[in-house]
Amino acid sequence: MGDPARGEELFQQCIACHEVGPGARNKVGPHLNEVFGRTAGSVEGFRYSKSMDRAHGDGLVWDLTTLDAYFENPRVLISGTRMSFRGLKDAGERGDVLAYLRQFSASPQDIPEAVPTALPSVPEVDLPEDVLSIDGDLAWGEYLSSECKTCHQADGAADGIPSITYWPEENFVIAMHAYKQKIRPNPVMQLMAGRLSDEEIAALAAYFAKIE
Amino acid sequence: MKLNRRTFLGTGAAVATALSAPMVMGQGKPRVVIVGGGAGGATVARYVAKDSEGAIDVTLIEPSRVYYTCFFSNLYIGGFEELDDLGHTYGNLASAYGVNVVHDWVVGVDRVAKTVALASGGSLPYDRLVLSPGIDFVDGSVPGWDVSAQDAMPHAYKGGTQAALLRAQIEAMPEGGTYAMVAPPNPYRCPPGPYERVSMVAHLLSQTNPSAKILIADPKESFSKQGLFEEGWTNHYGGMIERIGPDFGGDDIEARPDAMEIVVGGEVEKVDVCNVIPAMKAGRICEMAAITDGNWAPVVPATMQSRMDENIHVLGDASSQGDMPKSGFSANSQAKVAAMAIRGALTDSRVFPAKFSNTCWSLIATDDGVKVGASYEATDEKIAKVDGFVSQTGEDPALRKTTYEESLGWYAGITADMFG
Repeated sequence: MGDPARGEELFQQCIACHEVGPGARNKVGPHLNEVFGRTAGSVEGFRYSKSMDRAHGDGLVWDLTTLDAYFENPRVLISGTRMSFRGLKDAGERGDVLAYLRQFSASPQDIPEAVPTALPSVPEVDLPEDVLSIDGDLAWGEYLSSECKTCHQADGAADGIPSITYWPEENFVIAMHAYKQKIRPNPVMQLMAGRLSDEEIAALAAYFAKIE
Repeated sequence: MKLNRRTFLGTGAAVATALSAPMVMGQGKPRVVIVGGGAGGATVARYVAKDSEGAIDVTLIEPSRVYYTCFFSNLYIGGFEELDDLGHTYGNLASAYGVNVVHDWVVGVDRVAKTVALASGGSLPYDRLVLSPGIDFVDGSVPGWDVSAQDAMPHAYKGGTQAALLRAQIEAMPEGGTYAMVAPPNPYRCPPGPYERVSMVAHLLSQTNPSAKILIADPKESFSKQGLFEEGWTNHYGGMIERIGPDFGGDDIEARPDAMEIVVGGEVEKVDVCNVIPAMKAGRICEMAAITDGNWAPVVPATMQSRMDENIHVLGDASSQGDMPKSGFSANSQAKVAAMAIRGALTDSRVFPAKFSNTCWSLIATDDGVKVGASYEATDEKIAKVDGFVSQTGEDPALRKTTYEESLGWYAGITADMFG
């Protein structure tokens, strides 16, 4: 686990929206007491985005892995989140913030003291550069996209199922790998992403980024 | 080759495409004729027309001007959807994609001449024919019932008027009356459909007629999502629903439409509404084309081509393909594989490996949605299941609500994908 003191310093960039500690209240964002082990989107009295409500329904739980992925790039985990934060790219810095926040969550039995080797000092959705740099095959992506369009409307209309149109390619690729690795919840998407190769995911990302 | 102009949709684009199409000459652009404008047929029409960018002449033959989806008709019966919202028209396929939409019945297929005969007279030539007719009922599968009894004892297993009739009959039931369902044997369209139907009828009755009873006579030992439905029926509808399985005569049924009785394992039951869902088979046109083996039309998994005729593709409920359930989602998925295979065969364009998937959502009560889904691949022998999931009993209500909302998103998505 990281250094909570350095985490407290890093947390200064969060305090405009989030409070944590004794007496913390909801501000622009929800308070972060007891965030470890909490189901996403479940703080009483806070109005969440539709996307966060959906993650709540799907049963996303904040733990070391999911919080780390969220801090790295919020939209990769929750597409339509209201949290406009560019993300912490440095895994060490994320570890520091996690170490700071865990002081304000009970049930320490669920929170490892030290980061297990398999867990995210390199988070699972942090994909190797060669996966991110695959040049997507547009025609292939168009064929593959027909499967997505049974549920996701090509024109970006979103009622009950989110839009996947015009996403930045990298976000699309990381989100699909997050489903494939079962970090993002939702069994339909885990099933769909689970059988797509790196090349197929890149092809889809290229197609949906440029869809006419 | 005679075609009556009035049988075409009256949009400028459609008529122009029809008149400029090379059908009369019997040469020029390759021709695809599609029979049936549902989840399989409408989707394949749209994808072939869209992806060939005018290189293939596409004609869709569908008798109904307004197509009512069978999927979500249960939600209409339960009062969660308006019937009008389940009706769709073909104007956009004609105007935006250049599909020739012909409202007519196909009454014969000449596989040697490669033509289909229309009820209004005339015939249409094809290079590839797609049959996506959905289901018909097996005569005599419920003794005492045939299609002439469908007003007294509706099946409501095709969308539109039958669903409206069934709902009206349920609303007119006397206080404390009995709704009976004769459930179908496997295989049939929409495996969870009869049980979602029962859930929706129970939802309606628990508001308007709470002392009413629901009786299911079922020839099957078990059914799709059984644990989920039975948990929901106990939680939401108390003792309203009784199911008689084959061990107590659920497979030994006689219907008496004139007396409004059913006989279950020798016991006469007086009923107020009787929803008879008979055994099913491929839509009749598959028999006329002589491409069936038993009740269904077997297909080659990788392309959805008939095993009897490589110039014919069969989609959706009518096909016998392996592991996929008969559902609108499956038909839509198969249509995209067929569209790619047809485009690849008739024009010089790239094709990719076939991928299939299905998800079926069901509503048990308000905001209590469940789902089951799987992915599939084409093997030589059949469409084979790769991986799957199903909702669990005892799930959090928030998850069930999200699942229901997801089903609404799916309905909007698939109908946009079918009709453009």
